[in-house]
Amino acid sequence: MKKYNYTEKKDTRSGFGAGLLEAGRKDENVVALCADLVGSLKMEAFIKEFPERFTQVGIAEANMMGIAAGMTIGGKIPFTGTFANFSTGRVYDQIRQSIAYSDKNVKICASHAGLTLGEDGATHQILEDIGMMKMLPGMVVINPCDYNQTKAATMAIAAYNGPVYLRFGRPVVPIFTDPDQKFEIGKAWMVNEGTDVSIFATGHLVWEAIQAAEQLETLGISAEVINIHTIKPLDEEAVLKSVAKTRCVVSAEEHNRFGGLGDSIAQLLVQHDPVPMEFVAVNDSFGESGKPDQLMKKYGLDAEHIVKAARAVMQKKK
Amino acid sequence: MQATTIQPSAQGSSAEIDLNQLKAIASQVRRDILRMVHGCQSGHPGGSLGCTDYLTALYFKVMKRQPAFDMNGKGEDLFFLSNGHVSPLFYSILARAGYFEPAELSTFRQLNSRLQGHPTTHEHLPGVRIASGSLGQGLSVAIGAARTKKLNNDDRRVFCLHGDGELQEGQIWEAAMFAAHHRVDNLIAAVDFNGQQIDGSTEQVMSLGNLRAKWEAFGWKVLESNGNDMEAILNVLDEAIKASGKGQPVMILLHTEMGYGVDFMMGSHKWHGVAPSDEQLQQALAQLPETLGDY
Repeated sequence: MKKYNYTEKKDTRSGFGAGLLEAGRKDENVVALCADLVGSLKMEAFIKEFPERFTQVGIAEANMMGIAAGMTIGGKIPFTGTFANFSTGRVYDQIRQSIAYSDKNVKICASHAGLTLGEDGATHQILEDIGMMKMLPGMVVINPCDYNQTKAATMAIAAYNGPVYLRFGRPVVPIFTDPDQKFEIGKAWMVNEGTDVSIFATGHLVWEAIQAAEQLETLGISAEVINIHTIKPLDEEAVLKSVAKTRCVVSAEEHNRFGGLGDSIAQLLVQHDPVPMEFVAVNDSFGESGKPDQLMKKYGLDAEHIVKAARAVMQKKK
Repeated sequence: MQATTIQPSAQGSSAEIDLNQLKAIASQVRRDILRMVHGCQSGHPGGSLGCTDYLTALYFKVMKRQPAFDMNGKGEDLFFLSNGHVSPLFYSILARAGYFEPAELSTFRQLNSRLQGHPTTHEHLPGVRIASGSLGQGLSVAIGAARTKKLNNDDRRVFCLHGDGELQEGQIWEAAMFAAHHRVDNLIAAVDFNGQQIDGSTEQVMSLGNLRAKWEAFGWKVLESNGNDMEAILNVLDEAIKASGKGQPVMILLHTEMGYGVDFMMGSHKWHGVAPSDEQLQQALAQLPETLGDY
């Protein structure tokens, strides 16, 4: 089993900030908008280098989505920045009509997703955003796992023509992916090959899945870990290929169990290759205030819970 | 029968077109609206008839348009319809302006049509740049397009149209604040100020108060005009264009009558979203000369 180590921890939102700057340098049509959260979204470097290509909209997210949609007319590639909660639920109809249904090339970039936003509590900890966004026809939904991958994803979506929802987070987390990785939208990343159970993880849960696989190895269980950074379009081939080998599945995500990555995988498997499955996700509840690691433990989103789920699902194998 | 479309000149709208010709086009557009809504027994004739004169003036006289449709619209004036329910008007204008064949108007609101109940880009109908229908979103979109024109050093303008009931949506006021703050002065917005919405008059449903004072307080240059008098419309658009480029967004409050041009449809919110019967259609068409040939 491949061992993953890290020497540095960084927040994925900083990966977005770095990627936005690079994307801006690469393509003069890249523009950015923010609803009064420039510091939180790490947009300062872009603004410093391209002040005329940045638009401050104030605390008016609905207007920001509409302006972004309008800015595409004439060839701009707008990146909107605010928290995931205000990037999705608050502006769902604006995204639906003015961006998705209107086929606009807008990149909806959402920080502070999930429980790991921490102390601000449930008003800000959205756990339903992946579900909302993946239901929109034509919307690409991406949830990268660390700083390097978020940076690479940000640059990749600038080069892709179409609406994208890019989800990232607030806490510092290990950097374990290649700084020069090529990010391919819709292509799952094989983190570790295994034969006994498939663990499909996204976002912050990928590192937890890696830790879980190491623990499982000591128990004599060979876990295959796959990073599903693109939830839509789902890499169906990668999922089915893995399941053909392992015959049981654990999904892991920082999201409500309804509407997330697990749902997408379950739907695929029920149709093509039904196998036992366990869901490591928030069990249909809101979050609460606390430290990120405390919350992930309390809501069952850590390596320990992935190990438990893997052992449970293996018991159900025929 | 005369030609069914007015071919724009290389510069788009014809500067030479006169008042009587514009009125003649408006009459045909009103016939199209009534026949489209009657044809599918669905749609919104009242507001469509009320705004006909303004859109006729914009598309056939004022806006500088490229003859062929291109989504990016670089180097031409752009129009965004925010109150998407007046789609029969928009479609008739686009067809008569040459973006597609008027014959296609007969497919309005029917299965497999590009002329959806509310406008959409999804069916690739030339002339439409954004979906609208869910109200309150078009001002933000128009502002975005106007910002891009400035970034592209494109000195053409952006026009948009809104319903007055639509101003009850909060996003409109987010956009209003933004446009003044960011000095979006290549934008000329208009409100179809007919005082009517689905459930009754705006006074009864949700009073708009002093609209002029509201937009002025938000930092806009506000103009007012009779919205059913072609000469007055041309004058106010001339004034609006002169007022643009001076650091302020421009708002035209168009005093219109819902159902204008058809006597029994005027002066009531009843015809907001109701289609005429066979007999009513004939009564209405008798009041509107066929000037360009029915589709």
